[in-house]
Amino acid sequence: MSAHVSQARVVDFDEALERYDPVLGLEVHVELNTASKMFCGCSTAFGAEPNTQTCPVCLGLPGSLPVVNAKAIESAIRIGLALNCSIAEWCRFARKNYFYPDMPKNYQISQYDEPIAYNGWCEVEVPGSDGTVETYRVDIERAHMEEDTGKSLHVGGATGRIHGADHSLLDYNRSGVPLIEIVTKPIEGAGEKAPQVARAYVSMLRDLLRALGVSDVRMEQGSLRCDANVSLRPGTDAPYGTRTETKNVNSLRSVERAIRYEITRQAAVLDDGGTVTQETRHWHEDTGATTAGRSKETAEDYRYFPEPDLVPVAPSREWVEELRATLPEPPAERLKRLSAEWGFSELELRDVVSAGAVDLIEQTVAAGASPQSARKWWLTEISRHANDAGVELADAGITPQQVAEVQQLVDAKTVNDKLARQVIEGVLAGEGSPAEVVEKRGLAVVSDDSALGAAVDAAIAANPDVADKIRAGKVQAAGALIGAVMKQMRGQADAGKVRELILTKLG
Amino acid sequence: MAEETNGTGVIHSTAAELAAAIANGETTSVAVTQAHLDQIEAVDGTINAFLYVDAERALEQAAIIDHRIAGGEQLGPLAGVPLALKDILAYRGAPTTCGSKILEGWIPPYDATVTKRLLDADIVILGKTNLDEFAMGSSTENSAYGPTRNPWDTSRIPGGSGGGSAAALAAFEAPLAIGTDTGGSIRQPASVTGTVGVKPTYGGTSRYGVVAMASSLDQPGPCARNVLDAALLHQVIAGHDPYDSTSIDAPVPPVVEAARSGDVSGMKIGVVKELGGEGYAPGVEQRFREGLEILAAQGAEIVEVSCPHFTYALGAYYLIMPSEVSSNLAKFDAMRFGLRVGDDGSRSAEQVMALTREAGFGAEVKRRIMIGTYALSSGYYDAYYGSAQKVRTLISRDFAGAFEQADVLVSPSTPVTAFPLGEKVDDPLAMYMNDLCTIPSNLAGNASASFPVGLAPEDGLPVGFQVMAPPLADDRLYRVGAALERTLVDRWGGPLLSQIKEIAR
Repeated sequence: MSAHVSQARVVDFDEALERYDPVLGLEVHVELNTASKMFCGCSTAFGAEPNTQTCPVCLGLPGSLPVVNAKAIESAIRIGLALNCSIAEWCRFARKNYFYPDMPKNYQISQYDEPIAYNGWCEVEVPGSDGTVETYRVDIERAHMEEDTGKSLHVGGATGRIHGADHSLLDYNRSGVPLIEIVTKPIEGAGEKAPQVARAYVSMLRDLLRALGVSDVRMEQGSLRCDANVSLRPGTDAPYGTRTETKNVNSLRSVERAIRYEITRQAAVLDDGGTVTQETRHWHEDTGATTAGRSKETAEDYRYFPEPDLVPVAPSREWVEELRATLPEPPAERLKRLSAEWGFSELELRDVVSAGAVDLIEQTVAAGASPQSARKWWLTEISRHANDAGVELADAGITPQQVAEVQQLVDAKTVNDKLARQVIEGVLAGEGSPAEVVEKRGLAVVSDDSALGAAVDAAIAANPDVADKIRAGKVQAAGALIGAVMKQMRGQADAGKVRELILTKLG
Repeated sequence: MAEETNGTGVIHSTAAELAAAIANGETTSVAVTQAHLDQIEAVDGTINAFLYVDAERALEQAAIIDHRIAGGEQLGPLAGVPLALKDILAYRGAPTTCGSKILEGWIPPYDATVTKRLLDADIVILGKTNLDEFAMGSSTENSAYGPTRNPWDTSRIPGGSGGGSAAALAAFEAPLAIGTDTGGSIRQPASVTGTVGVKPTYGGTSRYGVVAMASSLDQPGPCARNVLDAALLHQVIAGHDPYDSTSIDAPVPPVVEAARSGDVSGMKIGVVKELGGEGYAPGVEQRFREGLEILAAQGAEIVEVSCPHFTYALGAYYLIMPSEVSSNLAKFDAMRFGLRVGDDGSRSAEQVMALTREAGFGAEVKRRIMIGTYALSSGYYDAYYGSAQKVRTLISRDFAGAFEQADVLVSPSTPVTAFPLGEKVDDPLAMYMNDLCTIPSNLAGNASASFPVGLAPEDGLPVGFQVMAPPLADDRLYRVGAALERTLVDRWGGPLLSQIKEIAR
């Protein structure tokens, strides 16, 4: 099945929005970063050798029984509270019965009509048309707990997909890792901003979950996955149209693109007088299109019923209040506070956020650097290096403390800005601490009068015309001589001192 | 020592007697184990109680125990005594089939909690006993490995699903056995083989490592030939297990003390009106009434109680149980353990799965999977599963109300005595009726037991007397059982099982 060779007809996005009002529904799966699995004590560490983190329970062996991981319940409650949800006083797990090759029991323990958290809301911000920021409220239907499946590896084919594969191998290390599924209520009224609202929502969730410390929120590793429901209706008063569900979209950019695509595809179907089929769809990063998956006609009957192997979950109100009291500052509020403290402009702040440098700058400032200098180093020198190496800024190879140290060397005039770049380069290259790099590379600025004096004399001798101009009162010509001295001293001269010396000698 | 109990030898001794004799050096665990292995060798060709006998491991285990006793170690009250384990409990390294072809060759890599506790108590595991496939049935005729026969009359069924465990006791192949009870699978075989079978309070014994039939109903429990042995075994296997979320974190009720006392004076005994009347064999009714008279003579007060919703128990049970079965058995898909049929490279995984299930599951299992899948499907859930759960709640309330009027409730354990093999095989509904009296306790989760109360005059086959107690009051069962046993053993001139005919080889 070489799935996505032909693309469906689409219409122009702006045209589509003239005729149709999009309604969204987002389901985000979050893998929790608990040390052990949802229903057994096996490790959840990512990237271990296949099937080394399994036991009778997560392999679903006959006779094995699940036991709930209290830490996962705690994470679920904290997520619920951070999304302004009500926390159930009493709820149960349910069995979702369906066949899936990676799922050892052939049912998934999930929550159905009794989620642990429900009826919440959050706010997301998208850029408005006139450069301002618009705020959308997204209502949360529920957040519920479930277990992840294992993973299939299809061997022998060209693509790594099941089609054409010779055989399949199963890795159950991920089987039973705790998941939280966060489901929104229908998101209406975003109009042409709908794709951006969706992206901003997932981005906001990612920041929130990271601040809560409950997940690694790495979309590329699948610890945060988004299913996007899209439907179109002729106007904001019309009943909802038929929806499609695009599964497992796993980057922020893809969330926006996939929704945009679905809107244009569905608009074309409706324009042609057709009807949208209720189905799951798959997003293809390479073609930028979605293709049909399972339709409603063949949709499975999950035969939910209360999981008889587990007792109900009844978090005490005291515990819930304790957890509420320890929630971190919401990321959006924190950002506003920090921005005010740092005195950054709107533009500066946006750059810092999109570079993922908020925490790093905060720590650098805490280590003694000024906010502006911290921003400068992280967003220029270090950012460039991280991009080249293809790593996150935080993994570039320099700590906020070291960056602050570099700035202190500049403030103490041990190095100038230009030399400081070389110091950072040295630290990133693993040559040691900033002080060690200065020492090893011999980068310290020379301000010793005799050494500078000799260099200045040499420069004057080599540039008699310039010297005459200065003698004639054209002080601005000193720059050329300073440059010559700097060149001679490989940038390591104290420029102020050099200027002073030149003027004294030619004055 | 044991010679005197029954006049015929070691295998007729009680577990308590054997343990004492092993502990004080009169005999050894190896000798006792060997005697039972010899009996298995002699009669199991006829009885078919065992699916797997591990003589080597049992004797090895026995030798270690003897060595420790010789070294002066004080071991537990059942140390060195052999036991038969129902083949639905995981026992590391031993084939576990659940009486099904689909698990042929599967050897669990872990021990059930009950198995572990038996081993920790130095009980010797002889092997695994026969059962209806995945514990589904009331006659042990649904085993893929052939039916077990009733030692009282080998043309008759030994009850089900724990027929293998009960028959092993009645045939003197083991002094102790473990069963599991989902709708009566411990009590019903106990009733028709003249042995003692106890279904503990739900959550009183761990289900970890018991291959699930219906999770909300299953409960492992002790099987023995007398009340004290059952209590001693109960004490060994019961108690909280962190690996089973439904396990109750409370002290084990004082079952051994109750079995030793047997004092029922002042106890209020409630006869459940709905568990009597039409459909009960005359001999069953007669022996049941005699049981009541015995208890009354010892100072118990007999009252009649009504549990109006018990009428619907069978119907509710046969919706809830298959619903859970349909989900629990989904994992038997030929992919990771047990049988695999048709995997010759020409078929898809789904086809291999279908062929394996077709070949690996028996008719009764398929029937229940189909019923359960239907009952849970959207559109029918409310009408079937949902209604059944409501009935379940009503039955629990009936029990709660009845236990306000009486300390224990009683009824016959089964409506009739052991029926001939093959008689009800083609009539599932008639077969299901056999669990009529036992099912309400499973639905409500309370403790329940069957004690032998004599032979029915019309056919000379054992009759069981069922006692039901509130949750966590398992000790009351033993109090009543011991009171009955004391009088009856005197009346019979020895244990009921001493009246059994020698088994034809």
